[in-house]
Amino acid sequence: MTVNMTKGQAISLQKSDGGTLTAVRMGLGWQAAPRRGLFGSRTREIDLDASAVLFADKQPVDVVFFRHLVSDDGSVKHTGDNLVGGAGSGGDDEAILVDLQRIPVHIDQIVFTVNSFTGQTFQEVQNAFCRIVDETNGQELARYTLDGGGQYTAQIMAKVHRAGSGWQMTALGNPANGRTFQDLMPSILPHL
Amino acid sequence: MTAELVRGQNHTLPQTRLEIRVSAGSPVVAGATLGDERGTVRGAEWVAHPASHRVPGLEVSRQAAADHRLAVDLDALPDEVHRVTVLLALPMGAGRPGRFGAVAAPFVAVTGLDGAEIATFTLTGLDTESAVSAVELYRRQGGWKVRAVGQGYAAGLAEMLADQGVAGAAELAASIQEAVASGLARSVTPPPRSPDGERVRHPAGPAASPDDGRPAAPAQAPEPLADPASSHTDLPGGPINYAHPRRQTSAPPPPPPAAPPTAPGQPAQPVAGDAGGWSMDERLYNQIWGMFEDLARAVAAYRSAVDFAESRMDQELDRTLSDPRSRIGGAGDRAREQARAKRDELTGRAREALDRDLAQLAAESAVVEPALPAAYAGWDNPVWHGYRVPMEIPMAMRIGDLRLPEGNGLRIPLLVRLPLERGIWIDSGRTGSEAAAATSGDQLRRLAMETAVALAARLLAVHPSDEFSVHVIDPAGSAAAQLSPLIRAGVLAGPPAAGAEGVSSVLAHLTRRVDLVQMALRAGAADALPPDLDTGEQLLIVNDFPHGFDDRAVTQLRYLADEGPSVGVHLLMVADREDARAYGPVLDPLWRSQLRITPVADDHLADPWVGHAWTYEPLRVPEGSRVLDQVLALVAAARGAGYR
Repeated sequence: MTVNMTKGQAISLQKSDGGTLTAVRMGLGWQAAPRRGLFGSRTREIDLDASAVLFADKQPVDVVFFRHLVSDDGSVKHTGDNLVGGAGSGGDDEAILVDLQRIPVHIDQIVFTVNSFTGQTFQEVQNAFCRIVDETNGQELARYTLDGGGQYTAQIMAKVHRAGSGWQMTALGNPANGRTFQDLMPSILPHL
Repeated sequence: MTAELVRGQNHTLPQTRLEIRVSAGSPVVAGATLGDERGTVRGAEWVAHPASHRVPGLEVSRQAAADHRLAVDLDALPDEVHRVTVLLALPMGAGRPGRFGAVAAPFVAVTGLDGAEIATFTLTGLDTESAVSAVELYRRQGGWKVRAVGQGYAAGLAEMLADQGVAGAAELAASIQEAVASGLARSVTPPPRSPDGERVRHPAGPAASPDDGRPAAPAQAPEPLADPASSHTDLPGGPINYAHPRRQTSAPPPPPPAAPPTAPGQPAQPVAGDAGGWSMDERLYNQIWGMFEDLARAVAAYRSAVDFAESRMDQELDRTLSDPRSRIGGAGDRAREQARAKRDELTGRAREALDRDLAQLAAESAVVEPALPAAYAGWDNPVWHGYRVPMEIPMAMRIGDLRLPEGNGLRIPLLVRLPLERGIWIDSGRTGSEAAAATSGDQLRRLAMETAVALAARLLAVHPSDEFSVHVIDPAGSAAAQLSPLIRAGVLAGPPAAGAEGVSSVLAHLTRRVDLVQMALRAGAADALPPDLDTGEQLLIVNDFPHGFDDRAVTQLRYLADEGPSVGVHLLMVADREDARAYGPVLDPLWRSQLRITPVADDHLADPWVGHAWTYEPLRVPEGSRVLDQVLALVAAARGAGYR
């Protein structure tokens, strides 16, 4: 069962049968909004980048993004940079795999962000979503659809954090500005 | 209206003057072939590629690039041409991805001259392919259509061109790659996408930090080992086809070993060869590199947690010190105790996680080591006692072991691909390691030469007879004792060369070989080589460099180091960098171009993922073992003993 999340909502990451999840995929998708120009064809060049920042007690420890596709400890993997965005199919354009069991013991939060590397604002992005999928069986656990675009170039999408012995996901959906995740650090910190 | 094509779909082209735009995440080679009504490419003049970038009606870029624009005038094509196939290939070479699965999916757009897109196609789902047909334009009922193809070839351009009926496909593919390589060498590297991106990379292992008290000489920094992914680039289609004539690559792979069923909740029982690959050799190779990466990452997680625990404790202790309340009574002591307990608790949990990972890797190592073929096995492995001269060259060879201080003695075999991609330098000088400090200079030199001899013996043993020759330069004859196993067995190509005259004659012989083979390859005339030329791989052991070398000999040696590996001439140098100090920085490229290993344990090699400094140890023949002599005797018997 997919949960359609709203901003600020948190869900516990558990299997439908109550077992604990071992691996999840954070999928991000977007489409370029059609332009009103003569040819509706020059909208492809929107390059959004998904990143995941690993925090230990509010200290950034490692980052997974297009130039560092695997966290040093191997628990978080980015499947690769997509430079042009969705072709309309609504599938994941970039995905980050998180092996919850292999996350180092001191990491307590992982924040997922999306930046517009090419500088367009989210007004030119449509249907942006992030969803979390149980990687072991492909089942979608939660989906968070971003609100209509605005004059900003980044979104802090969601975070996955430890809760008791398991993990929780919280939808954040906070607009921010920046070209890469470094620019977002000040905007991320209040959400930790 | 743009048509977004999926694989196999076609679309009518409204005009004949077009531009084809390609964008890929990394540099690719773009080319095009013209086909007649049966799809056959009638000759090399029907192929547009970087070395010959223009055919009537079509022009492609002369070098590899992430973005291409191909101008096409379909009306200007010869009448017999019924099909234009646009192809993309990855440039070959060390450090290049080698497979489209490792790079962003290429995007192709067919546009009019005004830039308006007519049809687009994203080549998704590619994997091991290194060359693909992206789209084809073809005649249909007096007009032209475009079809999205997206079919690739793992064996690269050569296979793709051969499939389209191009005569001499392998030579053509080689010349394309060569043109691209020379183009890349000239071109400026594109600026990184995010200049700040590297900042988030953690500093490499402790030995890489500049403040560790060690001399910052370049030779002391951990040297990155190649990523295994990049060493897959020597597929056919590169400048030289290393495919063994007797090796069958088309045979279906034997089924991988099946892991026995495991009880639920238990980690799977490790099985040797439990990795992808076409042969058991390749599976074991991939499994060992997998274990290498797993250990690197498990230790990275542990080190990161410990660093964090330490820094958090330091902060808390600082806070206690600066808090005036803590000076009263036992509050300060309690706070300090708490901070330490928190640190111990976290490092304890991190150690627990690491121990669990280590236990699993140790169990895997325990089943993998005994299953290794001779080329991958240590000298103490019984497989060497059943040694037989092989029929084919293995994909890799073990040259030592790697370990980390946290690894509880777990050793990862260090495998290098064959044919060697670069020379090996055994550092007989005094390095920063404890083991070197405890060994005298003479002893180090002796051990270095022993290591070289054992490596040469191993190289001889893993090659089919007559496909590997070993030459030795020992100018002062100082290594006669260490060389005796090779000399006794009679497996050297000639007696060790001594004196300045010996040095120059061996170097001249090998330089001539490199020149001839290179010329033949450039001209595409491998059959024009003189009949007396030994086409097998050649290894030159140089002891005591630069003793006995004049300037001319040094230049020749550098030439061999640069040009040799691609034509089968390899260097194994035993040298102390200090001895060559008189040459100054001139020799820096020579040292850097070689894989540096040490005769005693030394932590100078960095893994390609996290950059830990790994302790390398050479393979030792067990004390009192005759395995080396026995193996060399079999090698000698297979080649007909004595100097050839």
